[in-house]
Amino acid sequence: MWVVVRFGRGSDDLGGCIDWRQYAPGGAFDELIAGDGRARPGAGHLCRFLARLSDAELKERKAAAELAIRMMGITFTVYSDKRAGGQGGIDRAWPFDIIPRVIRKSEWDGIAAGLAQRVRALNLFIDDVYHDQKIIKNGVFPREILAGSRNFRPQCVGFSPPLKVWAHICGSDLVRDKDGTVYVLEDNLRVPSGVSYMLENREVTKRVFPELMASTRVLPVHDYPAQLSDTLAAISPTRRARPEVVVLTPGIYNSAYFEHAYLARQMGVELVEGSDLVVGDDDRVYMRTIAGLTPVDVIYRRVDDLFLDPEGFRSDSAIGVPGLLRSWRKGKVALANAPGAGVADDKVVYAYVPDMIRYYLGEEAILPNVPTYQCVDKKARAYVLANLAKLVVKPANESGGYGMLVGPQSTKREREQMAARVKARPREYIAQPLVTLSTAPTLVGLRPEPRHMDLRPFALSGRDVTVTTGGLTRVALKAGSTVVNSSQGGGSKDTWIVDTSRG
Amino acid sequence: MLSRVAENVYWLARYVERAENTARLINVTAHVLMDLPVKVRFGWDTLLTITGSGAGYRGGRGEAAVIRYLTADYDNRGSLISSLYRAREAARTVRDILPQEAWEQVNTVYLEAGRNFAKKADPRVRYNHLNTVVRGCQELTGIVDGTMSRDWAFEFLRTGRHLERADMTTRIIDVRAASHLPDTVGDLTPFENVLWMGVLRTLSAYQMYRRHTHGMVRRADVLTFLFTDPVFPRSFLHCVRRAEDALRNLPGAEGPLRTARGVSRLVTEVAPGGLKREELHQFIDDLQLGLAALNDRIRDAYFPAAPSVSEQ
Repeated sequence: MWVVVRFGRGSDDLGGCIDWRQYAPGGAFDELIAGDGRARPGAGHLCRFLARLSDAELKERKAAAELAIRMMGITFTVYSDKRAGGQGGIDRAWPFDIIPRVIRKSEWDGIAAGLAQRVRALNLFIDDVYHDQKIIKNGVFPREILAGSRNFRPQCVGFSPPLKVWAHICGSDLVRDKDGTVYVLEDNLRVPSGVSYMLENREVTKRVFPELMASTRVLPVHDYPAQLSDTLAAISPTRRARPEVVVLTPGIYNSAYFEHAYLARQMGVELVEGSDLVVGDDDRVYMRTIAGLTPVDVIYRRVDDLFLDPEGFRSDSAIGVPGLLRSWRKGKVALANAPGAGVADDKVVYAYVPDMIRYYLGEEAILPNVPTYQCVDKKARAYVLANLAKLVVKPANESGGYGMLVGPQSTKREREQMAARVKARPREYIAQPLVTLSTAPTLVGLRPEPRHMDLRPFALSGRDVTVTTGGLTRVALKAGSTVVNSSQGGGSKDTWIVDTSRG
Repeated sequence: MLSRVAENVYWLARYVERAENTARLINVTAHVLMDLPVKVRFGWDTLLTITGSGAGYRGGRGEAAVIRYLTADYDNRGSLISSLYRAREAARTVRDILPQEAWEQVNTVYLEAGRNFAKKADPRVRYNHLNTVVRGCQELTGIVDGTMSRDWAFEFLRTGRHLERADMTTRIIDVRAASHLPDTVGDLTPFENVLWMGVLRTLSAYQMYRRHTHGMVRRADVLTFLFTDPVFPRSFLHCVRRAEDALRNLPGAEGPLRTARGVSRLVTEVAPGGLKREELHQFIDDLQLGLAALNDRIRDAYFPAAPSVSEQ
């Protein structure tokens, strides 16, 4: 059923309002507008509301959002941005588009079920890989791929974390192709970030469109910190009534520091840096407080595996805690995500997730993968090298969009360089057809233009799996671009899961 | 409470207070200079010495250059913008324990100052811009006072604020010592009067001084008031005593408290009103050293080996 958007407001119309018939979605699937100015189900109320705003009102709302973001101090950090305000002032205001992205609840329920299924299988896979490796013995997953994994941690072999959960927090990137199909593009199982922006985007929208929020059935997102807190408390090795949970951050200069501080504050726990923690002779972890050392039970660590513990991993890590891995292996402290969980966070391993779901759960994957060519495979590699201009080539172990080649937008020289890299280290690269990321209206000045976007929902795994209501919608602010990472000029939108059922 | 967090909270308060007082100092200097005859005017570069940021200065002695260095220069650790920047960085690391509005306020004051002082300093708008910083910092104090639980973090804020304020009060009094006017303990020249009124005004102390002393502005009375008045909130003694109050609410404060009592005695056992110019200068040095020692005791007691974004 399509909802037809009505236009104009009669004689008091100030003119220059948004006319959805003028909005041309182009070749991609548009999340809000189906064409000819028709809103998709669930988005009608929003589109009508926006069309009724005069330019002056629209401008006011945009300014309100900018003000809210500045006042709330919502920032992100860019590594290469050395000087924005002197002394390496490296945090920037969060780029935000005020037009929300809308997904119907009926569709979302299916996506959420697919994500939950996926992280169940991934956790079983990680546990299997560090124990009996049945999936390899049964010929479902190739041994050589595991052998070539940069994120496999021999230190974790034989360890069983509480509840057998390794990836307590998983952020999966979803994209919607031209035909409307939603694909999983990748799973982030190491230290996925973005959830704080999902929460803050909603706060901003509430300040900018209070009347719209009140009249639309948008499902709330605010319970994430409480669920995260429960998930973390559930893996405490001690039976204290109130386990001491902390968030471990690499520090203020990390790109996700804002989020670390945000989550610690929301959960009401300490935000610690490596130097705040010390492992005692009893192998317990303690934090340094003004009243002396206090024991810590659970660490939500936002530090990469290799920097966690200079004794257990990289000895040159200045942000780690000596002895942390020993304490964890002895079961004295819980780490989320567990070290070694990243073994499944690898774009080569990714290609096998549908097989894992079949193998461990006896189910078919609810959410499809994007077809993936493994450069390590000779035939696939030949195809990739012959079709570089059509494909997206990605390093298997990088995140944040770094080191990637978008074929159709690349130069010959870039393709040649990539070809050389692929030939030199084929295990390190995968290629995928270019998915035409869906678009949604994004304000450019005061007019909506289609911009490409993805979606990162977050799944929490403890005794059960819970998935956020929606997720973080990341949008490429440059026309035609599909690079949505905030480190590379991306912005974001609030994501509305709208209940369109009657009653 | 984490040692690192305690340290950042303590320094957050110190940097905010430092920014506020730097703004006050520049404003009063401008006013006083306008009222002094040319032959007794001191140079703007005197402010560099008073704020302790003379060593790295490579600019000229003119008003514009010095003020730019003191307000807008990120390379000057003692500049107003550096103080606000550090306050904000410290606040950023402790956002999880500050009231949300307090963080927003620190952020706003910093951003606004950054915008205002980025442009070439125009003396006509400078007063307002500096006043905006003073007001912004006072608002923060109000927000903290009205919304923050009286927990340890609050006590570290209070300690930091009062120690910095005590220190800045001594520096502002030092502006007077910088002038080339001869000391006149007895009869005041009209210009001496101008100077001391300026000092009182910088510290928002003029009105309170008049109410408490019921007299005219006299050097000895002003010094006594600013160093030892027990109830004026910017007097040296008052600030040190409030820092003591805050320390008493913290665990294991015996060491810092002993030192704090020693610092109080420095002003109560001397009669500051009678000090001659050189003596006054030396006295102020002693007070500043005392505060530095107290700072060290606090560090030893609460932030041992904790790395901080903001060591002085």
